[in-house]
Amino acid sequence: MAYTVPRPKLTFAEKIYLPSIVAGLAITWKHLKRMLTGQTKVVMQYPEEKWDAHMPEHYRGAPTLVTDEHGRERCVACQLCEFICPPRAIRITPGELPTESEFSKVEKYPAGFEIDMIRCIYCGMCEEVCPEQAIFLRKDYAITGTSRAEMLHDKTKLYEMGGVFDGLIHKWNPDK
Amino acid sequence: MVNVQIDGTWLQFPKGTKVIEACSQAQKFVPRYCYHPKLSTPGNCRMCLVEIGMPKMSPDRQPVLGPDGKPEIAWIPRPQISCAQEVSEGMGVRTDSAMVRECRQGVMEFLLINHPLDCPICDQAGECRLQEFSVEYGQGQSRFLERKVKKPKNVELGPRVTLDAERCVLCSRCIRFMKEVAKDDVLGFVDRGSFSTIACHPERTLDSNYSLNTVDICPVGALTSTDFRFKMRVWFLKETRTIDVNDGLGCNITVGARENKVHRVTPRENNDVNGVWIPDSHRLNFKYLTAPERITEPQVKGQAVDWRSAVAIAADLIRSIPSSAAAVIGSARMTNEELFLCKNLIQTLGAGDRHDVVPRIGEPDGILIPADRNPNTTGAVALGVAAPEPGSRLASIAAGVRSGQIRLLVCFEDATLLGLTESELARCTIIATGILPNATTRQAAVLFPSSGSFEKRGSMINIQNRLQRLNRAVQAPGQCRDDWEILRDLAVALGSSQKPSTLEEVFAKMASEHPAFAGLNLGKIGDLGIPLAGISAAPATATLS
Repeated sequence: MAYTVPRPKLTFAEKIYLPSIVAGLAITWKHLKRMLTGQTKVVMQYPEEKWDAHMPEHYRGAPTLVTDEHGRERCVACQLCEFICPPRAIRITPGELPTESEFSKVEKYPAGFEIDMIRCIYCGMCEEVCPEQAIFLRKDYAITGTSRAEMLHDKTKLYEMGGVFDGLIHKWNPDK
Repeated sequence: MVNVQIDGTWLQFPKGTKVIEACSQAQKFVPRYCYHPKLSTPGNCRMCLVEIGMPKMSPDRQPVLGPDGKPEIAWIPRPQISCAQEVSEGMGVRTDSAMVRECRQGVMEFLLINHPLDCPICDQAGECRLQEFSVEYGQGQSRFLERKVKKPKNVELGPRVTLDAERCVLCSRCIRFMKEVAKDDVLGFVDRGSFSTIACHPERTLDSNYSLNTVDICPVGALTSTDFRFKMRVWFLKETRTIDVNDGLGCNITVGARENKVHRVTPRENNDVNGVWIPDSHRLNFKYLTAPERITEPQVKGQAVDWRSAVAIAADLIRSIPSSAAAVIGSARMTNEELFLCKNLIQTLGAGDRHDVVPRIGEPDGILIPADRNPNTTGAVALGVAAPEPGSRLASIAAGVRSGQIRLLVCFEDATLLGLTESELARCTIIATGILPNATTRQAAVLFPSSGSFEKRGSMINIQNRLQRLNRAVQAPGQCRDDWEILRDLAVALGSSQKPSTLEEVFAKMASEHPAFAGLNLGKIGDLGIPLAGISAAPATATLS
């Protein structure tokens, strides 16, 4: 069945098009003036100048592992991030905490934790899926390396980047 | 047959069917923890509560019929457990009424009161009934504000089973299994009320050869396998349905592997073979597949060579020795297809009756393990690789080797099992296949690396004359090949015109020559196997209780 597209009724000013061109030129002229008088600055001299201070709270940089204020590595090697990771960048080797450990109630820890930053797409699903608040995307965005091995963040590197995170839930409280 | 109304639909069930089973057959799943079809029914978890009603009776004890001609049902106002009740004529069951839903929610809340909620570390996560039913029938949060009861964690119940009592829902499946199936009543409840826990008899440990089945039937993460503990999350495992090859029964199993590494083996239900159980010794016998000493390259006199030259050298060796001096030590651990090609090789060699398999006889345990510890003795006899009395020709072969009469041995088993010493073996030319090094592989002139049972496909016949199928769970490491491929390549090098490129072709050829397999193929065997007619049972049979 034929469908008639309703056309808008244009005024004479709209039809001759010129007023719109003038309006557009006015905007361009305004910006040119601001540029010439130094009111706007377009180019930022990266890497000497950085925009880091303006980064929003929700910025998704490199994924990192965190320890809490009790000095416990929060990851328990549940491997949910490994499961959810779309590009399969995460590789965890689970291990069992020795009984003499201060945190032996937790029983499990990651003996190995690797994130392949060549694969990582910074989607943040690992952070979202983590039931232990152990993995966070921090604000590091300039992840570079000269070899593939360098781009493979191991556990030490991940904790170094993540650091200590205060005020997370205290789920494995031994008194509870 | 009795008529039962389930959620408004009238259906027929045989007398004696449990209500919970009837509901399952009617596609109305009733959640359960303690009920297990192979065990007795204590009815202690209360998860399977349903509404049950009996037909309304008139004063003259006749059922009152409704407008649809069916009996009217008088519903019992109190919920009933469906696992301990059998169906009866005119019974009505409601599995999804408001009361039933409320009951399930209440039971779930009670079960989770003292639960540690440590799913991120629990090995059962992903196949845990508490998780599943909590999502399906539970509620989103806990109303419990008090302190949870502390119970022992990480308890070594036995050499292979670890207990976390905090996760236990006291369903008593493990207790009943040990008492009723394993016939080793070592588990029980101790303490009372919310402090009640599973414990082992103080002077005993859970060391039965069937102990790991308690881990399988544990609906929660209370009993975990010490071997599998914290190794791999279950959702990563690729599951392959195959059979166990540690004895003549051929328990049906599921192999869980990830990235070409076997992580665990669990039994698979086949009520004609192993029920839903498997011995621990069989279940844990997979570590050899990844042993560092595994043979992964074809070798000629200990030097690694490529397949093509290994096969050519083996064929040359065979041709250089007169057929009267050749013997073949087959294996009842080979699949039917391999045995069929092995028999062809025996004929090509002209080995006469100088061939047999090495029998493995042990003490039957009266539950699942039969005396015959070879998985395919029946097939080896039927396909003619074994002597009609398996092992009866081994002594004469050994004597022939000692006297120098036999100078060529084709070995699919370790020849020292015949009582030959390594120095006696050194005197003859040996062509062998092997998975792990042994005296024979060390002495072999040509050694072919072969595949383990989880690495190959094929079929085997168990002691009940049941044809069952092996499936490949992982790829064999290095340059290992299946025995049938080795035998085929050898046959081609010896001038055979047959060059089957798939296992299916080998099976088809075998089926055309052996009437017992006529009309069959690997697909028709299916996951549960099929009984074979027209084949006589292997001599060493065992009783299966």
